[in-house]
Amino acid sequence: MKRIYALLLIALLFLLVLPQFLSSYALGIFILIFFYAYLGQSWNILTGYTGVISLGHSIYVGIGAYVTIYLTMTLGLSPWIGMWVGGICAGIVGLVIGFFGFRFGLKGVYFVLLTIAFAEIGRLIVLHLKVFGSFQGLFITPQFSFANFQFKGNLPYYYIALGYVIFSVIVVRLIERSKIGRYIVALREDEDAAESLGVDVFRYKMIAICISAFMTSLGGAFYANYLYYLHPGTMMSMAFSIEIILRPIIGGMGTVLGPVIGSFLITPLAELSRTFFAKAGYEGLHLVIYGFLLVAVVLFFPRGVISYIKKALTPVLSGLK
Amino acid sequence: MNLNLLLQLAISGFLLGGVYSLIALGLSLIFGVMRVINFAHGEMMVWGMYVAYTILLWTGIDPFFSFLVSAVILFILGYLLQRTVVNRILDFPEAMQVLPLVGMAMVFENSARIIWGPDYISPQSRFSLHSLSLGSIIIDTPRLLAFSLAIIITIIVLLFLKNTDMGKSIRASADNRTGALLVGTDVNKVYAVCFGIGTACVGTAGGLLVPLMPLSPHIGAPFTLISFIIVILGGMGSLTGAMVGGVIIGVAESIGPELITNIFHGIGLDLDFPHTMKQVVSFFILIVIMVLRPQGLFGGKRG
Repeated sequence: MKRIYALLLIALLFLLVLPQFLSSYALGIFILIFFYAYLGQSWNILTGYTGVISLGHSIYVGIGAYVTIYLTMTLGLSPWIGMWVGGICAGIVGLVIGFFGFRFGLKGVYFVLLTIAFAEIGRLIVLHLKVFGSFQGLFITPQFSFANFQFKGNLPYYYIALGYVIFSVIVVRLIERSKIGRYIVALREDEDAAESLGVDVFRYKMIAICISAFMTSLGGAFYANYLYYLHPGTMMSMAFSIEIILRPIIGGMGTVLGPVIGSFLITPLAELSRTFFAKAGYEGLHLVIYGFLLVAVVLFFPRGVISYIKKALTPVLSGLK
Repeated sequence: MNLNLLLQLAISGFLLGGVYSLIALGLSLIFGVMRVINFAHGEMMVWGMYVAYTILLWTGIDPFFSFLVSAVILFILGYLLQRTVVNRILDFPEAMQVLPLVGMAMVFENSARIIWGPDYISPQSRFSLHSLSLGSIIIDTPRLLAFSLAIIITIIVLLFLKNTDMGKSIRASADNRTGALLVGTDVNKVYAVCFGIGTACVGTAGGLLVPLMPLSPHIGAPFTLISFIIVILGGMGSLTGAMVGGVIIGVAESIGPELITNIFHGIGLDLDFPHTMKQVVSFFILIVIMVLRPQGLFGGKRG
């Protein structure tokens, strides 16, 4: 099993020197790969490991982005600090949603609807707040400095986004190996059995949703300071939630590397096809393809791409002579 | 508080609620029989709207007649969708059933955008600007017509389920899939027809809504959500619940913002609750009902 770490280290070194050879456009695509891998990983903590589907993760992205920017706007607080405040706010919202969902035993579709309902309420509220430019959205005038989390050019964002991914992979790996990880996987596989063995189902689900919400909102802070434009209609919509969940599902839910692999597969494809189809006058066609992909993956490869990669790599990893 | 305005809003909400009932009836029927939630419901309704709109554009036939074509086309779409996708996910864990249908919702929404363009359209039909006045209350004729037709169609669907052989097979498969199989029902066919009827209901509703609101490819998702809320409020799989829930949500969304604004002003808050936030009212109802009475108003046991 040591070999997989060696393999990951090689991949990491490769990614560290890669920007030397990339254009600004290609860097932008890599930033999005890392960004979506990070969000997917954060979603994976909740849905992949506990099996509770959330279709409202965009609300945490929104909270992270808006709280961070609000604190910068009013108090001049650096986003590096503000993002943790946003994270705590998102964590609290996550706990509220979790409390309603888990305390009252909402399962399956009911929980999905609960998350959508909260996300939509959040979106509509932000849409009507004058501080955030209501229907016009909020334009951020960048002031380039490290303390402001705003940089000229894509290169710094590349390394920050890469840092985000490494952070999330380490967190998920640590959770997976910890007691909490074992408990939540147990309750995903069979809730009643887990409970009868003494796992406090409510408590561990709450922990999972809180961590997941917290991490997702840190991604929101990145989003705000990378795009300089916030609109609840794009980043707090259900479509954005679907963007978040697509990559871990295709890569493989409930695995450490699934969301990352899914993002490496889907994000370039999505970006290239979007610009290609938009040029050809078929705006939205890439979303049709997304839709069919989602159907096909769940029907035919429900365990994600990672299970095939694992199979292909087994001889290398187990070191067959 | 302006009582006249409230009454006016309540009536227009009530009439729209009749159409909501028909949308929710489709969802409830599909759920009641297959235990699958059609996450592409609102997006399919938008297809129904565009079909009626296209007919209006090409032939000038009013949506209040061409909704029949919408119903037929949506029946075929629903039948095919059931056969190709939904039938394969029936035995999946409940949570995994959500994702393929969310995918189909994206397919419907964005293919509509490619075919009919992304802009809002408000087609002018023959009855568009007519209205009746009863005393100080003004009633939109298209709204009244849509309401009446929605109610008639709902009754036809209920009679169909009660009296025809197909309807009986549908109810039998809903009660007990294995039992229906044992007595020789072609359950797969029954399921596909049932899904088709469900989507035909929503297609009909789409046709009826064309004269009432501007249409765009992206208005589907809120309708999907509204129909869920209605079904959960009324009780999963309960057809009566869907009808009553539709009217309740219609009225609540219509008078809710006005009432809440009045309450805000009454307690001295200088806050308005704009009409564009009317969905918040429904979402609030959803959360309350899921927490306090998850089986819904008319649901017997937990769905």
